[in-house]
Amino acid sequence: MTPLDFVVSLALISVAAGVLGSLIGLGGGVVIVPVLTLVYHVDIRLAIGASIVSVIATSSGAAAAYVRERMTNLRAGMFLEIATTTGALSGAYLTTVLPTRLLFVLFGIVLAYSAFATFRRRHVAAPLTVSDDRLANYFDLHGSYYDPAEGREIAYKVVGTTPGLGLMYVAGLVSALLGIGSGALKVPAMDSAMHLPMKVSSATSNFMIGVTAAASAGVYFVRGQIDPVIAAPVAAGVLLGATVGARVLGRITSKTVRLVFVVVLVVISLEMLQKGLLP
Amino acid sequence: MTESGRSSDASPSPPAEAPVREGVAGSGRRRQLSPEQAARMEEKIRRVELAISLVLRVGVLSSVAVIAVGLGLMFAHHSAYLPIRGHFSYRELTSTTTRFPHSFASLGRSIARGEGQGIVLLGVLILILTPVLRVAVGVISFLYEEDLPMAAVTLYVFVVLVGSFFLARA
Repeated sequence: MTPLDFVVSLALISVAAGVLGSLIGLGGGVVIVPVLTLVYHVDIRLAIGASIVSVIATSSGAAAAYVRERMTNLRAGMFLEIATTTGALSGAYLTTVLPTRLLFVLFGIVLAYSAFATFRRRHVAAPLTVSDDRLANYFDLHGSYYDPAEGREIAYKVVGTTPGLGLMYVAGLVSALLGIGSGALKVPAMDSAMHLPMKVSSATSNFMIGVTAAASAGVYFVRGQIDPVIAAPVAAGVLLGATVGARVLGRITSKTVRLVFVVVLVVISLEMLQKGLLP
Repeated sequence: MTESGRSSDASPSPPAEAPVREGVAGSGRRRQLSPEQAARMEEKIRRVELAISLVLRVGVLSSVAVIAVGLGLMFAHHSAYLPIRGHFSYRELTSTTTRFPHSFASLGRSIARGEGQGIVLLGVLILILTPVLRVAVGVISFLYEEDLPMAAVTLYVFVVLVGSFFLARA
């Protein structure tokens, strides 16, 4: 395969990764890492560098549209970033201390559970109308968004900021420790624990993952893990895909978003368990 | 152009959702808000949203443009990249021994020589800095809109983010 074939085919796959990543708020890394390592036999270190680029590209590409369309809960996103960035920072310190394999197993179990919790909530569409959460009320994290699929404005309340912050801290910690996208924990934290509507959870997770990834991107660049010939088609393709995906999210139902999310979550969870359990 | 189009879209919506908003204000917010105050607050958040959306769009578009130029130069400089049936495989560009800039000094030299690789990486760096810039704009917008709790929250995130960049270099 010539470099031209490589760049063109990887760019096309990246478009698909961008669409999927922006829809469920996970970033494109879920697709990019396995494709690069299994199909193109690229070294895992370079694949992870490309994955970080794809996460930032999905985040910024989709968030530009989501924020303008008020699908993102800007205040909740920025509030929860306190926990994700602190988690990412402490993760950078703990890398040498914590056993990675045990973490993979634990994380696999957590994700399997959140897939189950999300699946159980698949029919829940009605948002909360009251909240006695003091932090949410103080920072006024409640919001409303226009849902094109339902054709109306939907106002919602936020609860559970304390478990939400805790899960976000873990999300930041895990992404720094294991080098994997933290969206897999962010979406369930907002959907299941804080009761944000599923589409808002996905759009807000999208908004946040860019910041978490940017916090570790500097390290990857200095370590020489960002190879330009891989990064260029990935960044360009994912940005295009994320822009398309951001147009799709509004039009499909929350139930569809949840089901796609559950499938992807189960796949990641199995991948984590395999990394932790098999030699 | 989008801004004016958007604001005309948005202006009829507050009256329509006024009953919902009153319900929101009734359930233990910091202070009770009159409908006008609630509308003004909505307006403030809207301005922050538009500012952040603009930063993200400018960052994304400029990084794509720079990456495209760099990619074009990579292929133009190395004609061996192009042939469909060439003996030159992409593997030579993606192995662990492939050489490309990975420090700011070598990146600067590479760009100065007009190498495609360096220009692609410059575009990637613009992409990486976009979320950081987005947080910085958040701090400024919340300060400007006099939303001090949120300004403090965003400032904390910005400090941690910048701190992590310095940690990366150490």
